[in-house]
Amino acid sequence: MDAAAPGSILIYDQIAKNKRETWALFAGFVLLLGGLVGAFVYAFQAPPVVFIGAMTGLALYALFTYLAADRVILAVSGAREVTKEEEWEYVRRVENLCIGAGLPMPRTWVLEDTAPNAFATGRDPQHAHVVVTRGLLQKLTPAELEAVLAHEISHIANYDIRVMTVAAVLVGVVALAADVALRWTFAGSGRRRSNRDRNAGPAQAVLLALAVLAAILAPLVAQILKFAISRRREFLADASGALLCRNPYALASALEKIAADPEPLEAANKATAHLYIVNPLKGHESFLNNLFSTHPPIDERIRILRSM
Amino acid sequence: MSTLIILLVIVGVIVLLVLWVVGMYNGLARARLRVQEAWSAIDIQLRRRASLIPNLVETVKGYAAHEREVLENVTRARAMLETAHGAREAAQADNALTQALRSLFAVVENYPDLKANQNFLELQRELTDTEDKIAYARQFYNANVQRYNEKIVTVPSSFVAALFRFQPAEFYEAEEEARQEVRVSFSAT
Repeated sequence: MDAAAPGSILIYDQIAKNKRETWALFAGFVLLLGGLVGAFVYAFQAPPVVFIGAMTGLALYALFTYLAADRVILAVSGAREVTKEEEWEYVRRVENLCIGAGLPMPRTWVLEDTAPNAFATGRDPQHAHVVVTRGLLQKLTPAELEAVLAHEISHIANYDIRVMTVAAVLVGVVALAADVALRWTFAGSGRRRSNRDRNAGPAQAVLLALAVLAAILAPLVAQILKFAISRRREFLADASGALLCRNPYALASALEKIAADPEPLEAANKATAHLYIVNPLKGHESFLNNLFSTHPPIDERIRILRSM
Repeated sequence: MSTLIILLVIVGVIVLLVLWVVGMYNGLARARLRVQEAWSAIDIQLRRRASLIPNLVETVKGYAAHEREVLENVTRARAMLETAHGAREAAQADNALTQALRSLFAVVENYPDLKANQNFLELQRELTDTEDKIAYARQFYNANVQRYNEKIVTVPSSFVAALFRFQPAEFYEAEEEARQEVRVSFSAT
């Protein structure tokens, strides 16, 4: 009955994999943005020092992301840290689950929003945060709340939080950088027309087109990367969360409730959506959104939990 | 010359064997350490639970002093818990305490003033919390015991375990009834 322990081989594999994937993300980030900067430096014939400076900046930014991405996400979400005295039922359940999983106690936060949802962030179990919305605390039964928290604790235990947090901040910045690059291209093409007319050639036009293409593709690639890393993870966290709280049915009915709730979560955006237990961006059910969805279909998750 | 080679081969085999034993030993020792760490999580909660009892007994006495038998049972179970050695004894004592508390809380139903007492409510809440925490600590502890005991009985680590006299650890068994109670209280609180 107690066979599948939190420290079993499976979870160690998962942790190692997540650590590898975080490094792959950083590598992908530097290659993507480095390539983007390189293309623009080349197209506009800027001095190489610009490129070197940009790459140094990228490396520093990657380091900053590794150390502080969780704080960025918490600040952006607008969550407030709570103590056990303030939120007894919530915090004591997190304590219980951490005892069950043999983890240190994460910091606990509440997001004042009536839409029920939850996420976890951080670097490792020693630097972890659990965030729930006010709506989650109000609308779920105690057993359902415990099951949702078990799902989040599982994300912490197997280092999903590291990959997902880093992905949120890195992908967000790639999209931003590509956006800036595109604006700069169109604004710059007006200003520098005379300059380019003098030594313009078909080669440079091609280079510029390539740079623009890179700027368009970079955020797309980054997004696809993000979807790839987060969909499978939700199934895993559902399974290990259900195992931890010994109550897959409570998790299934919690997911049902969260998905059925009509209220949108104001604090969520495209960069952080994949962190949440259920996709907080609602009302955009289209083919494209489904294709790029950061979450597996909720019906499938519920079906799997009910069959446990 | 050939004796030298044979000697080297023998020495090499011995070195490999020693390294292998060291590795196995460390694996076992680490698993045993994890069991001890997991045990301390249970122990903390058992102590916390025991420390709540005198206060609870005093509070109940203030309203229902003549329910002596029920109160004595609780006090006795607590004393048992305090002197328990090892996982099995502690589990038995804790189960006895759970039983005693259950009858106490059943009796308390007849005293509305006591039920409304702030101090009593606070204690009841704390006791429920420790009970839930013990259930989770037990889950983690038993998982670690299972892994450690498995190493002791399975080949090849069983050879090293026998050599260094690693003893299997005791499971922390919640009685079936008590376990059910914990599950119910998950959804009821």
